[in-house]
Amino acid sequence: MKLYDSGKIITGIVIFVILMTFPFWFNMGRAAPKPDPKLPKNVKNCVLPKDTIKTSHMQILNNWRDEVVRDNKRSFVAFDGKHFDKSLSNTCMKCHSSKKQFCDQCHNYLKVTPYCWDCHIEPKEPKESKETAEAKEPKETK
Amino acid sequence: MSLNRRDFLKIAGITALGVGAASAFEVLSGKQLEAALKAAPLTAGKRWAMVVDTRKLREEDYHDVITACHTSHNVPDFSGTKDEIKWIWAEPFENAFPDSPNEYVKPEVKDKPFLVFCNQCGDAPCVRVCPTKATFKGEDGITMMDMHRCIGCRYCMAACPYGARSFNFRDPRTYFADKEVPNREFPTRTRGVVEKCNFCTERLAKGLYPACVEACKSNALIFGDLDDPNSEVRRILRANFSIRRKPQLGTDPSIFYIV
Ligand code: HEC
Ligand code: HEC
Ligand code: HEC
Repeated sequence: MKLYDSGKIITGIVIFVILMTFPFWFNMGRAAPKPDPKLPKNVKNCVLPKDTIKTSHMQILNNWRDEVVRDNKRSFVAFDGKHFDKSLSNTCMKCHSSKKQFCDQCHNYLKVTPYCWDCHIEPKEPKESKETAEAKEPKETK
Repeated sequence: MSLNRRDFLKIAGITALGVGAASAFEVLSGKQLEAALKAAPLTAGKRWAMVVDTRKLREEDYHDVITACHTSHNVPDFSGTKDEIKWIWAEPFENAFPDSPNEYVKPEVKDKPFLVFCNQCGDAPCVRVCPTKATFKGEDGITMMDMHRCIGCRYCMAACPYGARSFNFRDPRTYFADKEVPNREFPTRTRGVVEKCNFCTERLAKGLYPACVEACKSNALIFGDLDDPNSEVRRILRANFSIRRKPQLGTDPSIFYIV
């Protein structure tokens, strides 16, 4: 059997295969690092149990903003009985005092970029040298 | 003993009052009661209102009041450009009260700048036109803005007869790029949303007076509940003649001026 124009065909196939598999070998050995959110050291509990906050923090933030802005209800009782202001910058980010080492860890991995920070002020990032940001526990409200 | 119905009701009423009062003191004792008395006035208003006593306003008050408001809410200073954002500002008499009775108004009034801001209208046109209910009426009478819902259509700006609303043509963060955001506890806004005075709803929630009221050293700004006949604003309105901006439009402003 004779393959006409074998040179052209084989070159074509090689180029085709290289192009098709480009994304695989281009990213080889560069798998995105597993997210590693740094939990606050000096507090034990979040405002909701860990499993719930992990999966539903966007819902609770959404509820908080409606309740605060639309119903003027600003007080929240955490599952462990502590009272907090419903606030993104003034509550969540007081405990999770580094956005880079916490929120961004997961979100960058997932390629979600909540637009909240266009308006809400991020906490000042701790100095590079310090490993984890200390939680400045938000003032408990009555 | 003969007791007619009227007397019986009187005695019963007084007894009930006594019982009620006693139990109130039991529940709220000492510090708690004191806290409740202090907190109640600023967290339970039905219709917040303000009286601007222009007779008392001093030259330096304007700067103090405007700065206090604008730093407290991270309002960028784009003054002098068409992108200016203002929550509270000074306006000459004939602009603030274009329907003023005549041109011979006494000079102390005519030449005095008037502090103007959102009128917190009882029947607010901006609320009526907002297609997303981003602007709405709170239960405390404040015309609120929900920045999360604002789509920047600017119907509210067209509807507001007082020019109390500003549109963010620029990203306000560009103003704060090389300086600190003055109040890290309050969000900025973004390009494409409208904003205005919120009567310091976030401060009222903490039992604090609005920033402008607190900053005005001559006590020319008086804040209180218009629905409460015993409030300071009602007392002052009873004792003085006051005017409101463009009352004939039927917007029922909650801001009163004593001239
Ligand atoms: C009082 C301090 C505190 C506050 C306030 C707080 N957190 Fe937490 N958060 C924690 C702690 C501590 C944990 C770890 C919980 C555990 O290990 O059980 C945590 C866990 C989480 C997790 C799960 C992280 C993981 O790796 O699974 C998320 C997501 C989170 N918080 C988001 C929020 C958000 C959003 C808010 C505001 C609505 C908030 N937190 C407010 C202290 C706080
Ligand atoms: C344990 C990982 C994790 C951590 C830590 C975390 N998030 Fe998330 N976040 C997620 C996931 C997963 C989603 C959902 C993404 C999706 O729906 O595609 C999400 C979504 C959100 C959303 C909705 C975004 C959107 O565009 O719909 C908000 C808002 C949000 N997170 C806020 C926060 C804040 C604030 C913090 C830090 C206090 C935080 N998250 C920390 C995992 C995390
Ligand atoms: C256009 C600007 C803007 C954006 C974008 C924005 N917010 Fe807000 N947010 C505000 C303003 C203004 C308030 C009112 C603050 C107050 O009254 O204390 C507020 C209030 C809130 C509150 C309650 C009060 C507080 O201090 O946090 C929550 C919770 C909240 N926003 C969550 C979010 C989340 C989550 C996102 C992103 C998904 C978001 N916001 C995006 C402007 C914005």
